[in-house]
Amino acid sequence: MSYILDQEQLDGLEEALTTDLMTLGIQSVILIDMAGNVIVNLDDGKVRHDVYSLAALAAGNFGAVSAMASIIGEEEFSLLFHKGKSENINFTKILDDFLLVSIFGNDVSLGYLRLKIDEVIKKIKVLIDQSRSS
Amino acid sequence: MAFINTKTKEVQVKIVYVGPGRGGKTTNLEYIFSRIRHRIGSDMVSIKTQGDRTLFFDFLPFELGSIKGYNVKTQLYTVPGQVKYNATRKLVLKGVDGIVFVADSIVDRRENNIKSLENLKENLQFYDIDITKMPIVLQYNKRDMESQGVAILDVETMEKDLNAEIKAPSFTASALKGDNVIPTVKKAISTTIVGIREKLL
Repeated sequence: MSYILDQEQLDGLEEALTTDLMTLGIQSVILIDMAGNVIVNLDDGKVRHDVYSLAALAAGNFGAVSAMASIIGEEEFSLLFHKGKSENINFTKILDDFLLVSIFGNDVSLGYLRLKIDEVIKKIKVLIDQSRSS
Repeated sequence: MAFINTKTKEVQVKIVYVGPGRGGKTTNLEYIFSRIRHRIGSDMVSIKTQGDRTLFFDFLPFELGSIKGYNVKTQLYTVPGQVKYNATRKLVLKGVDGIVFVADSIVDRRENNIKSLENLKENLQFYDIDITKMPIVLQYNKRDMESQGVAILDVETMEKDLNAEIKAPSFTASALKGDNVIPTVKKAISTTIVGIREKLL
C-alpha cells in the first residue's frame, strides 16, 4: 500500500504550517504518518534534528500511548505533550493516519499554540482528503 | 504504507525485520549500519531493555539511490522477538511495506520459528494484509553455529517449515559474521520497490 501527495498539496501543507505555526516562533514542525514517514519538515533554520529518527520514534510513541488508551477503555488520547527544561514537544493526531509534531521553547505559550494547531489541522484535513478522494 | 513525495521526488519505504527472539534481527541491522555508517547522516536508534534485548524497535534509515528520478529512503526496523512483546511488535508493523523474516537455524529453535511466523501472519491480518501478498524475504540465520558444533536445521527442513506457503526468496546467513546480510536486505528492498515502482510516473 502506498499513497501520493502532489506538489500542490505539499505546497499547501507547507504554507499552512508556516503561516499558522512557524510564525509563532516555534523551533520546528514535522508532519508525519503513523508508519513514521516524514511528509513535511519545517524548522527555524537554527536546529538540525535527525528528523527521520524523530518521526519513527514519534509514531511508535504515539502508537504505544494509543494502545494504552485502549487498555484502559479510552478510544484514544488524541493529544500528547512532553515538557523539557527548555524545549517541549506536542503531538496531535490528524485523521486516522497522520501526526503533527511541534517542537517549541518556553517562550511560546502552549495554550496559544494548541489553538493555532486546531486551526491548521482543519486546513491539513482538507488538503489530505483531496488525495484520498482523488 | 510507502509515502511518495512528488515535490521533493522522494519515496519512503518501511521494511521490518521480524522473527523469533534472539534470532539475530538486531545483529542484521547492526551489521548493515557498520557498513553504511560512513555515508548516512544519522545513527541507528535502539530502544532496548537493560538486558540489551530489543524492547520496542531498532531503526536505521538510509538512502538507496534513485528509481525513475525518485530518491528512495529506506527505513529499516526490527521488532522485539520475545512472545510477551506482541503489542509493540504489532505497532511497529503498522504501515509496513516489506518484511525480512529472520529464522534461527539452531535445531532447538525450530518451534520458535514456526510460532513466530504464525504470529506474524496474525499481526498482518490485524492490518488486513495477507502474508502471501506481502513483499517478504526469509533469512536462515546462524549458519556459522555448525562450525562450533551446534546442531543446525538443514535448509530443506526450514523451507518446508516456513516457506511452503509463502514461497519467498530465502538466504542462508550469518548476521554475526555478515554473511549474506547485505544480499538479504538488497533483495528485500528490490522486492518491496517492485510494487511501488508502477506508481512512480
